[in-house]
Amino acid sequence: MPRTSRLRPGPVLAGAAALVLALLASVLLGAAELGWTRVLGEIWAQVTGGHSPLSEREAAILWRLRVPRAVLGALVGAALAVSGAAFQGVFRNPLADPYLLGAAGGAGLAVTVVITMLPQGGSAPGVAQAAAFAGALGGVGVTWLLGRSAGNDAATLVLAGVAVGAFLSAGQTFLQQLRLDSLQEVYLWILGRLSTAGWTDVLLVLPLLLISGAVLCACGRLLDLLGTGDDEAAALGVHPGRARAVVLIAASLATAAAVSVAGLIGFVGLVVPHLVRLACGGSHRIIVPLSLLFGGAFLVLADMLARSVLAPAELPIGVITAFTGAPFFAVLLHRGRRA
Amino acid sequence: MAANSGAFARGVAACHRTRRAHVAHRPDHEDVMLGFRRLPALLLAVLALLFAGTSCATRTPSPAPAAPVEDPAAAFPAQITIEGQEPVTLPQQPKQIVSLSPTATESLYAIGAGEQVKATDQFSTFPPYAPRTDLNGLAGDAAVVAGHDPDLVIAPEGAGELVEGLHELEIPVLITPAAASLDEAYEQIETLGQATGHSRQAHDVTRRMRDDINKIVADTPKPPEPLSYFHEVSPDFYTATSQSFVGGVYGLFGLTNIADEAGGADNDFPQLSQERIVQADPDLIFLSDVKCCGVSPQSTADRPGWDTLTAVRENRVVALDDDVASRWGPRVVDLVRAVSDTITRTQRP
Repeated sequence: MPRTSRLRPGPVLAGAAALVLALLASVLLGAAELGWTRVLGEIWAQVTGGHSPLSEREAAILWRLRVPRAVLGALVGAALAVSGAAFQGVFRNPLADPYLLGAAGGAGLAVTVVITMLPQGGSAPGVAQAAAFAGALGGVGVTWLLGRSAGNDAATLVLAGVAVGAFLSAGQTFLQQLRLDSLQEVYLWILGRLSTAGWTDVLLVLPLLLISGAVLCACGRLLDLLGTGDDEAAALGVHPGRARAVVLIAASLATAAAVSVAGLIGFVGLVVPHLVRLACGGSHRIIVPLSLLFGGAFLVLADMLARSVLAPAELPIGVITAFTGAPFFAVLLHRGRRA
Repeated sequence: MAANSGAFARGVAACHRTRRAHVAHRPDHEDVMLGFRRLPALLLAVLALLFAGTSCATRTPSPAPAAPVEDPAAAFPAQITIEGQEPVTLPQQPKQIVSLSPTATESLYAIGAGEQVKATDQFSTFPPYAPRTDLNGLAGDAAVVAGHDPDLVIAPEGAGELVEGLHELEIPVLITPAAASLDEAYEQIETLGQATGHSRQAHDVTRRMRDDINKIVADTPKPPEPLSYFHEVSPDFYTATSQSFVGGVYGLFGLTNIADEAGGADNDFPQLSQERIVQADPDLIFLSDVKCCGVSPQSTADRPGWDTLTAVRENRVVALDDDVASRWGPRVVDLVRAVSDTITRTQRP
């Protein structure tokens, strides 16, 4: 694939095709044996208004469990990958990931507080999701304030993120030790999962992901300018602090939205932008939108594997993303050293 | 489920009744019965006196021999063995027991060893008057446990480092692994009886458990068609197969577990795909994640696609007591009763 700084239709089409194929495969194949021809028949029947080959229960499995899960997987994967690309661009650090600035620690602590301290715990609908969302944004906010007070450059922000993340994680561990009887519920939230996905989750995160994804895709050139260094960016008319703020807010919003419905799924935000960079070049005008598409496809496929490797049992999706992501990352590191 | 009306409660009540019998006023008919029982003893005593008077006038007549009294301390020193664990030698009857296993705590009180229990772990929620502390069997500090000055610690399997520390301090530790079957549960209760000097009571408790369970199972109407079930361990659909202890309880009633195909040789608690649960359409759903995770029959019915399930439509989603459903102690009878009640309910028009 030619390496340019412009987004060409070819890679975009490839990304879109990968996403559509992953979604289609995920909808056709699942733990329940519906038969892919019958599923296609059902989809055709919905389009044409004809007779459905599926029973009421099978239709419920398809439309109320499998399809929303696939769509949510695509949204969460896209959000994590696009924010990973943005964080790596802002910090000029290829190891940056969506959880770098305390999003994971914040979400984890907030969910733990809700579950251990509220009388009803996190059982009320939407409470734990809202807490995860607010916690992730809060974690990033504290990092931002701390980094700002110490200079607000990229390296300071990363250090502040590490410190805040460690502190929030310690707080979470402390609360868990205080209330060991809630450990199970906390872990269920913290570990990534799509197994309980439904249309409600999709509708909760869709608007946030659309907005933040659009902002980040539009910020590709800004990220390229920031990549040249703050002084150079300023000389080209970009205010580095403001530009960073816009990107970080959008990326944090995407991360928080993903975390609130799917917990902490690792490696997507780290690996997918790298893969795109390796294949299509180093411009963020290319990396950010393609990460969005390939990130969605990656997580949908990972979820499909999670559902099918031990079918009819499931594997936690974080296991699949780590299994596929970590070796790939090792290969990348190896190639990077040789280059 | 009426968790507090279980075998344990009856066991404790029985112990209290026995103790009270020695101090409180007995009903009249009991006095009469005791009078009859004393009559042969009186006759024997008179005969003994006559015999003594005719044979040796100088010897002081000895009283009639009393009925043998069980002396728990006489059973010690004892070597206690649980299969798969190192044998534990107890030089004398333990008087200061620390129980770090909630199941063991329930069993200890049921067999009348409650007075010997000085501290229990933070998950020992039953009986409510057990001396709960913030100890944790799986992440505990041997020094803190030793601070309770125990002469026996009962720990769950997996308390590795804690056990090593207690061995260093030369405190006997009895490790109680999770039972895989009712027989193993009975065996463990009887072992606890042996370790605490309450063998007879432990045997009584297990005999009563067996009798109760057998009766409940026998009295439960057999459904015309075999019923299938899903036992939910956590809200992200972890479940238990027939190979697990709780699965064995459902097996008593011939229920079919929809998760069996998902469990491997070493995996009694697989995570099921939600699609698979809905497709399997269980006749009964048992929730054991009510207290831990706020799941209820209503929230179960609200899950996407679950309103199509027979169990939901027929109102057969049963909220169990998480603790009763996860422990292999005397309250397992309550679990058996809950399953029986549910099956019985399905037979009503």
